[in-house]
Parts: sequence; structure tokens; C-alpha cells
Amino acid sequence: MMIVLSSDTVRIVKELDMVVFRNRLKEFAVKIGMGLVNQTKLITAASELSRNMLRYAGGGVVLIEIINGQRQNGLRVTFTDTGPGIPDIKEAMKDGFSTGKSLGLGLPGAKRLVSDFEIKSTVGKGTTITITKWKNG
Amino acid sequence: MDKIPILKIGHFLMVAIQVDLYDRLALNLEADLVQAVSKTSAKGVLIDISAVSIVDSFMGRILGNIAGMSKVLDADTVIVGMQPAVAITLVELGLPLKGVQTALNVEKGMELLQKKIKIVDEEAFDDDSTLQ
Repeated sequence: MMIVLSSDTVRIVKELDMVVFRNRLKEFAVKIGMGLVNQTKLITAASELSRNMLRYAGGGVVLIEIINGQRQNGLRVTFTDTGPGIPDIKEAMKDGFSTGKSLGLGLPGAKRLVSDFEIKSTVGKGTTITITKWKNG
Repeated sequence: MDKIPILKIGHFLMVAIQVDLYDRLALNLEADLVQAVSKTSAKGVLIDISAVSIVDSFMGRILGNIAGMSKVLDADTVIVGMQPAVAITLVELGLPLKGVQTALNVEKGMELLQKKIKIVDEEAFDDDSTLQ
């Protein structure tokens, strides 16, 4: 059973929005008493995903939620865009795979940094990525 | 437009990143620093990231680029003051910053750079003596 305790949305359409979003996420993480290492991991993963969204889909919306489940609080962050979608998710989740000029660490790296990682993508419709980080997980 | 100041101290350039980095700012810093290395013929670059709480793959790559580009221009780069949580995250992300020298703080970073320059000076001196 998962309960949403509080939420907020942030629009990301330009680079500076990423800074605003990271700060907002930090506030939420501090609010639930997440430790510094977990905070850093979550915000870094979120930074990767928001950059992907901006670069490949021209921006999108991020939903930040404080959730309660597994006997502890956590943060669930959902990135939704209406970009071109990812044709081969399996390939995109491999280390070193990039269609751009990056290092290809974004998706697989972000997955390693969080407790739960879910990706749904439809070509031509867009991509939704949901990450969850438990307070102590 | 924000700008990160670059200070010249003797043979070295020093940069203290005190603001939240965003991509354009990081790219500008890269360009400015490489320009400054060439203009001042600096022998070393010291980058203090003790106030930086997030380094993701993009910023990590920029730091690596700065080190690589400076090296080509005959300057060593040392990154100092990385927060432990940032170090943990970078390695787990898959970006261990290979080829970038690090030191725990500004003082140790300066020592490291000074030592390097000394070694180079001594080597030059040795070369002179063999000529005579």
C-alpha cells in the first residue's frame, strides 16, 4: 500500500529550470529527513533524467511526490515528456549507449542511483520515467 | 549571465565553484579556463568544488575535459574538496573521473601542483648540466 503525502510539479523547458527543479527536489528530500548520500544520489539521477528530457524531447513536466510505503517515507519523481520516444529501451539502458554526444551514462547511471526505476516509452508519443528513492534505501 | 571567476596565483590558476552549476555555465567555464591557461601560460589549474553538491555525468565530463585540454596546453589540473556524497555518487553513476587528479583540500592541491612544477624545473636543470 502506497500513500502519496504531498506533491508538486515543476516544468522544465530551459536549462535554468533544471537548477530550480534540483533545489525543489532537495527541499523535499530534506523535508522527509533523507540522508545526505541518498539525497545526492537522487538529485544526481534526477539531474540526468531532466537533462535527457530537455535535450531529446525539448522539455517536459516533473512530478515530485512524498510517498509512504515499505514502512518508510520516500520520494517518487516522475518525468513526463511528449518527445520522440525511445525506440529501443533495452539498448538505451546499456552503459555507453548514446544517440547524442554524451557518455551514455544517463539512463543506466540514474537507475543505479535509485531504489526503483520504471520507464515507459512510445515512439512518436513520448516517454515517462518514474524513479523512487526510499529515505533509507 | 553568471560567470565563474578565474584567479591567477603565481604559476597557477584557481577556480572556486560557489554556485549551482548548470550546463551552459559549466561549458563557459571550460572555454574560459582553457583560454586563461593559454594566455597566462599557467602551469597548473586548481578547481575547488567543495561547495558543489551535485556533479552529474555532464559536469563530470566537463571536469575531465578541462583536465585533458589543460594537459595538452602543458598545465596540470587538480580538483579539490569533493564532498564524500558526491564521490560516492560519481562512482556509482559510472564516472570515476579517471585521469583527473584530486586532492582533499586547496592546501594539498597546491602542494601537489608545486611538487610537479619543482620536478619539471629539476629535470630542466639536469638537462642543462649534461650539456656542459
